[in-house]
Amino acid sequence: MTTIEQANAALDPEETRRVRAERLERLGRWLLPLAIMLFAIWLWDRVCVWNEIPQYILPRPGVVLATLFKDAPLLFSSLLVTLRITFLSLLLAVVGGVGLAVLFAQSKWVEMSFFPFAVILQVTPIVAVFPLINIYVDNQTAKLLLCAWIVAFFPILSNTTLGLNSVDRNLRDLFKMNGATRWQQLWHLRLPAAMPYFLGGLKIAGGLSLIGAVVAEFVAGASGQSSGLASRIIEAGYRLNAPRLFAALILISVTGILIFLVLSLISHLILRRWHESALKQEH
Amino acid sequence: MMPQQASIVRTGAVESGNPLLVLRGVGKSFSNGVVALKDVDLTIKEGDFVSLLGPSGCGKSTALRIIAGLSSPSAGTLGWHKTLGSDGVGFVFQEPTLLPWATVFDNVWLPLRLRGVSREAARPAVMELLERVHLAGFEAAVPRELSGGMKMRVSIARGLVTKPRLLLMDEPFAALDEITRFRLNNDLLELWQDERFTVVFVTHSVFESVFLSNRIVVMAARPGRVFEEFAVDAPYPRDEAFRTSTCYAALCRRASAVLSSAIHSTGGASHDDD
Repeated sequence: MTTIEQANAALDPEETRRVRAERLERLGRWLLPLAIMLFAIWLWDRVCVWNEIPQYILPRPGVVLATLFKDAPLLFSSLLVTLRITFLSLLLAVVGGVGLAVLFAQSKWVEMSFFPFAVILQVTPIVAVFPLINIYVDNQTAKLLLCAWIVAFFPILSNTTLGLNSVDRNLRDLFKMNGATRWQQLWHLRLPAAMPYFLGGLKIAGGLSLIGAVVAEFVAGASGQSSGLASRIIEAGYRLNAPRLFAALILISVTGILIFLVLSLISHLILRRWHESALKQEH
Repeated sequence: MMPQQASIVRTGAVESGNPLLVLRGVGKSFSNGVVALKDVDLTIKEGDFVSLLGPSGCGKSTALRIIAGLSSPSAGTLGWHKTLGSDGVGFVFQEPTLLPWATVFDNVWLPLRLRGVSREAARPAVMELLERVHLAGFEAAVPRELSGGMKMRVSIARGLVTKPRLLLMDEPFAALDEITRFRLNNDLLELWQDERFTVVFVTHSVFESVFLSNRIVVMAARPGRVFEEFAVDAPYPRDEAFRTSTCYAALCRRASAVLSSAIHSTGGASHDDD
């Protein structure tokens, strides 16, 4: 008994080294990117000072931060407008993507017939399609939504379709033997099996819907009707207000990162009990 | 280790059951020219534990799929006992084949759920079966938290939850280690003796088929066919002591001899296709 405890207490050198390396890695995962980021910001600041770059070309980081606070009411109300389009279009992308995938999954013939249309929608640059949308759709919000939706729905559709079709053959046989209806097979087998694939698509679509919303505002907002972040950026560009331009850019990036983190968390919470991707590596 | 249940003692020699299922001239050929089964005649009697033993490619899994209704024969007929519908058949796959996102309880409940039985209505049957397969207390676990043997127990419980008259098992223990396999063999026999269902058991293993069955159907490949059928004349219940008995050894020797002539009749096992 005592020998076992002793063996537990005294780790051999190899194990000690491994534990130390693991601890270092855990720290490094956060510290390293943070340090590099701080260094880059510092360098940015120094470059401005050393070269005496005027503020309307490249503002110093401190100025950008100050602008972010000073213009907060304006910028955040614009952010809300952009966020509204982003989330609505993400919601529509989920409904449309999953809905179409379920439809495709009903029959190989449907999928073969209609999948090419989805691909065409995906590969045509949205900026080039927008003038058409502008002609056919009157409502500004509807225009933006349609635009962002086209950009965001494809990853959900293609991933969910793949997931619905990658059900274990034996499980399918089991359902068949037990007389499962098409609906039961979809609900109890294919949709849960497609969940990891869908969540992977959702993570991509989250970022894309933000990109879609901003791009849509860019091409639509030239008329000045919209007041999303993109129009703030265009406006600031016209007025050579670089600090505000940077502040708006930072706001968009941070929003994109937050969307990704939230969707990753949701995905982890749903899959953590059963799916390989959510398992911690054990040694 | 297993308590001896003296309730039912059946012997392999006595087969008084009615025919539950009769296969007559059953054949299956595929479009690529492979003849998986040819002229298979087989009678499964009520209460039988029949093993289909044979090399890879002898069509034993195909036969099982045809019996399960997952595949239709290209020749011959299947005659069911008139009291047995398709509802009366359970199936256990080679892999545990569980829903990875569902708990043990939900996995066992599944066949009943698909028949419209609510969770509460199914609870007594599910819990009793989980106890019978020695998984009481694990109903809330998900498959990946279980060992290979435990997953297979869940799979067996799921196969039995509809109280089938006929249980089809497709090499269910092939992927397990020997110790686990022996324990599952014992537990399966105990279940079979208590619940009095009929089993058709596909296996590669001479030792497993002799230990479990009262009748062994040796099959040969190219084309897949029944090579020889013989009764295993050893009384039930069979326990660990049976595994080391001379009777068991003699029966294994005989089964091995038949299997090896079945393999040679197909021109060797050099072209295994699975």
